[in-house]
Amino acid sequence: MIQFSKVGKRYPGGYQALENISFQIPRGQMAFLTGPSGAGKSTLLKLIACIERPSGGQATVNGHDLGKLAQRRIPYFRRELGIIFQDYRLLHDYTVFDNVALPLIVAGFPHLEVGRRVRAALDKVGLLGKEMLKPVVLSGGEQQRVGIARAIVHRPALLLADEPTGNLDPDLAREIMALFVDLNRVGMTVLIASHDLAMIERMGLPALRLEAGRVTHLSAELQA
Amino acid sequence: MNPLDPGRNDELLKTAPEAPRRRAGGWMANYAQRHLQVLLSCFGQLARAPLSHLITVLVIAIALSLPAGLYVAGDNLRQLAAGWEDQARISLFLKRSLSESAITSLAEELRRREGVARVDYVSAQRGLEEFRAYSGFEAVLDLLNENPLPPVLVVHPQDSSPAGTERLFSRIKDLPGVEQAQLDLEWLQRLHGILVLVERGGQVIAVILGLAVLMIVGNTVRVGIQQRRDEIVVSKLVGATHGFIRRPFLYLGMLQGLLGGILAWLLVMVSLALLAGPVDRLAALYQSAFILTGLGFQGSLALLGAGAALGWLGALLTVGYYLREVEPR
Repeated sequence: MIQFSKVGKRYPGGYQALENISFQIPRGQMAFLTGPSGAGKSTLLKLIACIERPSGGQATVNGHDLGKLAQRRIPYFRRELGIIFQDYRLLHDYTVFDNVALPLIVAGFPHLEVGRRVRAALDKVGLLGKEMLKPVVLSGGEQQRVGIARAIVHRPALLLADEPTGNLDPDLAREIMALFVDLNRVGMTVLIASHDLAMIERMGLPALRLEAGRVTHLSAELQA
Repeated sequence: MNPLDPGRNDELLKTAPEAPRRRAGGWMANYAQRHLQVLLSCFGQLARAPLSHLITVLVIAIALSLPAGLYVAGDNLRQLAAGWEDQARISLFLKRSLSESAITSLAEELRRREGVARVDYVSAQRGLEEFRAYSGFEAVLDLLNENPLPPVLVVHPQDSSPAGTERLFSRIKDLPGVEQAQLDLEWLQRLHGILVLVERGGQVIAVILGLAVLMIVGNTVRVGIQQRRDEIVVSKLVGATHGFIRRPFLYLGMLQGLLGGILAWLLVMVSLALLAGPVDRLAALYQSAFILTGLGFQGSLALLGAGAALGWLGALLTVGYYLREVEPR
């Protein structure tokens, strides 16, 4: 699903955020991306989501060479991904339903299909019945679940999560993780960036550890 | 019950990602539905911030109504001038020695000429009677022993423009039997000069104010993009194309331009209604049947179309520029 070969990211001005990154994540795998703050976790996720372009090496995601992906093809590439943000990034002018429906709306799904899939996704995260509320009235955990529903509503092949439990208490974090495991169980490739080492060890899943822009640990399943 | 109970509703996720399934013939309805949705959401936007949009629409209306008003003024002046041009004529004062039959044959010859619409013969006797009736110099005329007026042939040109009248004038002024030919063209030329000026001025103002409309709409698009920055970023992250994000702004620009055009139309019509009374009275004083004309069906359509087109174009020209700055980071 993801293949990185000697990928580097140097920002204009000379800052080297990532250097010589090589790994792979097989289709259907669930894995963690870990490391201290500023190690390059977010930059790596941005490369995978084609928010940033690699400045060296070869990065392939779901069959697309990200160094060569045409600008106008990026929207269609992103429809193959689901992205979950630490700060949720919900639209506060819109209802829960409209927030979750956004990926379907931009992809031009017919009206009836949108309603059916949004309700299914909200049911999956346990928020059915709250679709007409605005995100502000929801708790942090509920808002994150709206974010997850939005990320899975269009059945992406790859789910990326950037510190999805960073703002949640341990019980809620466990529930969210159980949800990811569940999603992975039905075939979704899942990559979670997290600095919660205790949780990562408890889950016993393969991990990639970054420090100062370099890979310092790579589980056997992820070796290229 | 645990809301996150694993295993619930796995149906949702069992299928691989796929393009939206479309029933045969259904995609057009789907496409229309999406555009309708965008249009409705634009009306929603207008309704949510009525004041700022109202001001924009008002400014567009004023910018559009000025050239439209000038166009109407030019149109009316042209009609007025056309009424006067019908009276463009060349007076051939004939030699008094000419016999009736010579005059008649000269008139016949003139009628056969190219560029002559009509030839009226005013005999010396009739000229005297008319002069007596209209001038008020009856007593003076009675003192004269003989008729001081020459017979006159009044020639109406087919092409009543100043140039056409002058061409005909130069061809017939030296005909044998003609004592003197008279053509009063200066006022007609001045009137034409004014007409051309009004038209050209209207065009210049239309171009300048058209540019102003583009900038006004461009500015509202810029503000709209700033206000919806988060929405645009998130939409791009979930796979919205440039066209999808651009569409509501194009619709908004077009809608504002169209509303501005409608308001400009109202402004012109109300102004005309206010002017109609005084113009009628003035026309009556001049014994003219002149009636103020408005924009007409085609003119109205052109005004609304110009408003919508300028709004759309203003949005199109700016939206790409500002959207490039709004990228997920």
